[in-house]
Amino acid sequence: MATPFSNIPAYCAYFSIIWLALILAKIPPLTVVKRSLIEIPFIAFALLMPFFGQGERVEFLGLLLYQEGIEAGVGIIAKATLGVLTAILLSATTTAREILRGLEILKLPTLLVQIASFMLRYLNVVTDEMERMRVARASRGFQETGIKHWKVLANSAGALFIRSYERGERVHLAMLSRGYTGTLPKIERVSVAKSQILYGLSLPLSAGLCLLISISI
Amino acid sequence: MSDKSLEISDLAYAYPDGNQALFGVNLSINRGERVALLGPNGAGKTTLVLHLNGIIPTMQGRVSVAGELVDGKNAESIKSIRHKVGIVFQDPDDQLFMPTVGQDVAFGPYNAGLRGSQLESAVRQALELVGMSEFIDRPPHHLSFGQRRRVAVATVLAMKPAILVMDEPSSNLDPAARRELAEIITSLDITLLMVTHDLPFAYELCQRAVILSAGVVAADGPIKSVLSDSNLLKAHRLELPKGFSL
Repeated sequence: MATPFSNIPAYCAYFSIIWLALILAKIPPLTVVKRSLIEIPFIAFALLMPFFGQGERVEFLGLLLYQEGIEAGVGIIAKATLGVLTAILLSATTTAREILRGLEILKLPTLLVQIASFMLRYLNVVTDEMERMRVARASRGFQETGIKHWKVLANSAGALFIRSYERGERVHLAMLSRGYTGTLPKIERVSVAKSQILYGLSLPLSAGLCLLISISI
Repeated sequence: MSDKSLEISDLAYAYPDGNQALFGVNLSINRGERVALLGPNGAGKTTLVLHLNGIIPTMQGRVSVAGELVDGKNAESIKSIRHKVGIVFQDPDDQLFMPTVGQDVAFGPYNAGLRGSQLESAVRQALELVGMSEFIDRPPHHLSFGQRRRVAVATVLAMKPAILVMDEPSSNLDPAARRELAEIITSLDITLLMVTHDLPFAYELCQRAVILSAGVVAADGPIKSVLSDSNLLKAHRLELPKGFSL
């Protein structure tokens, strides 16, 4: 991402590396496309850039666009796409728990790790409860069709909040009852084989290599 | 080494809003005994249970576990009390809060100071006792309700408590899971206090029954005589299921 966009060969190489990784990871192309949709706001922003700026103007499809803007815009799209594809690669190949563990090793504050950890554990408990409430409402003839019905939904959300809060209290009691004094147990370090470390470093190392090559050419 | 796993004398408690929940409860349980704590909803059973490990500090009266006084002001003593009293709460989802079953079972002994191979063997033993060894690395939400119940029991057994306290252990279990849990409890060599509405379950697993009603002990004796006294049961909103005979 730090490479200036003028270094086009490097970017081509980066894209090929990511595509190769995505293929090797056997991630379904449709999944990649669906998750890439998050990029749309950035693309929209990038498309607007050629219309603003200063300096040289270029003619394109009958419109006068700023050269600087075009370069900046395409640069944004390229970097955003690379970033999104890498994020997709990470999220599709690593479990949420492992990502959290990684963040913990990278010194993310313990409180945030604990909060995220409990969120992961209890997210589907809460969504299950939400679903049960929805079924109970629908079974008594409720259909959320318009703004008039928001009051009911708001009440349900409030009830869900209180129930979740009370569950939090019960979990805390259970933790105290097993001797909790403020720190969660640290998961023992899992030993990593050398081959795995090399495998993990292959992506950034090859990217670095491409950069060096493109600079020296 | 006290022969009494639990000794409660003159325990009284009123909620902060003034509601009196316990009016002077006396209860003593010997090592190895299995006692059923029966009573209507609102009798004060859960309040009593929460006194046992200091979650509710003793306002009036005295509670001691395996000879050690439950003293809310002494943090060190509370820490050791919480490993002597193993409470299995009613909702296993409240009790299983770690990412995997193994980590949940390890939580208690970890807080007691166990590490490394000692910790691992405590976890493995506890899971074996409840027959859930293959699930050691699974997340709790992948388990059925009955399996989660059993793991919740394992989380407490791993601390090797002096007394096991269970709050409605058979609730929401299908008949097969209920039987499996009964078999597990029977196989344990432990002192047991079981809060339950499931009278047949209590009869199967406990020798002694205590009825707590409106904050006082209304009956305390061999379970057969307590459950045979239908007037006594009726007076405290208890009934044997239709067709069940002792």
